[in-house]
Amino acid sequence: MFHTASTTPEKLVQMVAALLLFAAVMGVILFVAGRLGGKKHEKWVGYLYLLPVVLMLTIGLVYPGLRTIYESFFDAAGKAFVGVDNYKTIFTDDDQLVVLRNTVFWVVLTPFLATGIGLLYAILVDKSRFESFAKALIFLPMSISFVAASVIWKFMYEYRPDQANVKQIGLINQIIVWLGGKPIQLLIESPLNTFLLIIVMIWIQAGFAMTVLSAAIKAIPDDIVEAARLDGVNAWTMFKNITVPSVRPTIVVVLTTIGIGTLKVFDVVRTMTGGNFKTSVVANEFYSQTFRADNQGLGAALAVLLFILVIPVVAYNIRQVRQSEAR
Amino acid sequence: MSTVTPLATESDLVASKPSAAAVAKKRLTSPWASLTAIVIAVLWTIPTFGLLVSSFRPESKIKRTGWWTFFADPQVTLDNYRSVFGANGGVNMADFFVNSLVICIPSVLIPLSLASLGAYAFAWIDFRFKNFLFIAIFALQIVPLQITLIPVLEIFVKIHITGTFWTLWLAHSTFALPLAIYLLHNFMREVPAGLIEAARVDGAGHVSIFFKVMLPLLTPALAAFGIFQFLWVWNDLLVALVFAGGGNEVAPITLALANLNGTRGTAWHLLSAGAFVSIAVPVVVFLLLQRYFVRGLLAGSVKG
Repeated sequence: MFHTASTTPEKLVQMVAALLLFAAVMGVILFVAGRLGGKKHEKWVGYLYLLPVVLMLTIGLVYPGLRTIYESFFDAAGKAFVGVDNYKTIFTDDDQLVVLRNTVFWVVLTPFLATGIGLLYAILVDKSRFESFAKALIFLPMSISFVAASVIWKFMYEYRPDQANVKQIGLINQIIVWLGGKPIQLLIESPLNTFLLIIVMIWIQAGFAMTVLSAAIKAIPDDIVEAARLDGVNAWTMFKNITVPSVRPTIVVVLTTIGIGTLKVFDVVRTMTGGNFKTSVVANEFYSQTFRADNQGLGAALAVLLFILVIPVVAYNIRQVRQSEAR
Repeated sequence: MSTVTPLATESDLVASKPSAAAVAKKRLTSPWASLTAIVIAVLWTIPTFGLLVSSFRPESKIKRTGWWTFFADPQVTLDNYRSVFGANGGVNMADFFVNSLVICIPSVLIPLSLASLGAYAFAWIDFRFKNFLFIAIFALQIVPLQITLIPVLEIFVKIHITGTFWTLWLAHSTFALPLAIYLLHNFMREVPAGLIEAARVDGAGHVSIFFKVMLPLLTPALAAFGIFQFLWVWNDLLVALVFAGGGNEVAPITLALANLNGTRGTAWHLLSAGAFVSIAVPVVVFLLLQRYFVRGLLAGSVKG
């Protein structure tokens, strides 16, 4: 039952067995809880309901998190204590500084551009005849995997050498050629490649921004919009003085949410360049150091750094969500 | 605001009365607004469209000409899809497709059931340390997966389940819990206390209240989270790489696509068809269950 299933029937049987085992555990919990009748035993029902959750989170999240923090103070093999050397490496090593620089580019550019485009598009298609179709087009990239999105864009960036009888098959290079330029190895040229990778993330996240902001725009009271219209304001003034101030809390939530997602994304970098050609970011470098360079200590330190970077953004995000809900 | 729709006639009339200039301005901005919207929509669609067209072109054509030449020289074939399903010595996506399903189903059902129980306890049962526990679980939402992976892998090695589906089921279920509990708890708190009280007066215990009162009311929340979790697991690469990494036997379809991209990065006839096989399920889910889907995605956007 705990072996590696290799044929399809075997896999399905193992899945059903796992679900039955789980159902049995749930059954025991509920049976015992059912026996504990009356107000006096109420708290025990509470503990019982939470038992599996607390166990799983303690073993699967809390302990591993603390363990990783501990290991970030050890060397590559995880044997010798090295103090804060791994963190020093992150902030002094030339390669690692490129990783940090790229991460800054990602975290600054992605949220603002994705949110800006999402907001613009939400306003443009608002109340138009094709609104739901138009929104679905932008939202669709959000539903597919980062890997598939990266394959889609890698094809856009595909390069063929500049020779007489070789034609470009990537659209971007073809456009460059049409405009009279020479094809570029888009994913190899640094720092251009980092920005091209960021475009993929913007492409994915704009749909998220659009959907949330569109809901916020629709919640702006009609009388405010109507009053502005009666005053004869133009589209730009309407945008600047009515729309943006009304949805400001939502904008902040969207920015921070995309920021958090961007910090943690590694699939795009791994699929498009493998982190080569100076495109790595912290989340990808964690994977490379841990599993490819076998530098457990540095990998752990990068994971901890990721955690530390996420905390203030999440804290700010939660405050903004609270504030916008309180309104 | 700057578009002309038949539905908005009433407000249009109101707006046109006082100021003719406003209407004129509106007429001026409207074509630009529509144009900008169309440009964005086209930019957002072209990348996917290009690869989709390519997935139906013969290999020799994909290699030598751009997909846009398809319209001048339309040649359609299903060979690429046959190849990714095992024909002509290609890869076999069918196995990985099954793996993805086998990984997803328990990884959705297990955390959903456990989190419902936990959320119920937080919402409607009194016990010591309740607030402390709730805040602790809420805070765990922000823990990035990366920080937990290696120690979890070490645990899996110790209990001898590496390379099996169990690693993925356990990992995905655990990582889903903080968000699931938080969302379901918020939803359960909105159920009127009177309903619970009435059931208690009738002599119902926490087990029957959970099943008879709570679960029916919770369906939309469960659907929203279930869809979110399903797509999260289906689209995941990191967890699959770390825990199913070595063998292909339990690898999901995203990992298969990533490996194909790594080993045959220029075999666009395989990559294009493979990509579309892997996104078929999320896209269908998205189109059929758009309402729940969006709700779930928005609610879970800080996860991971």
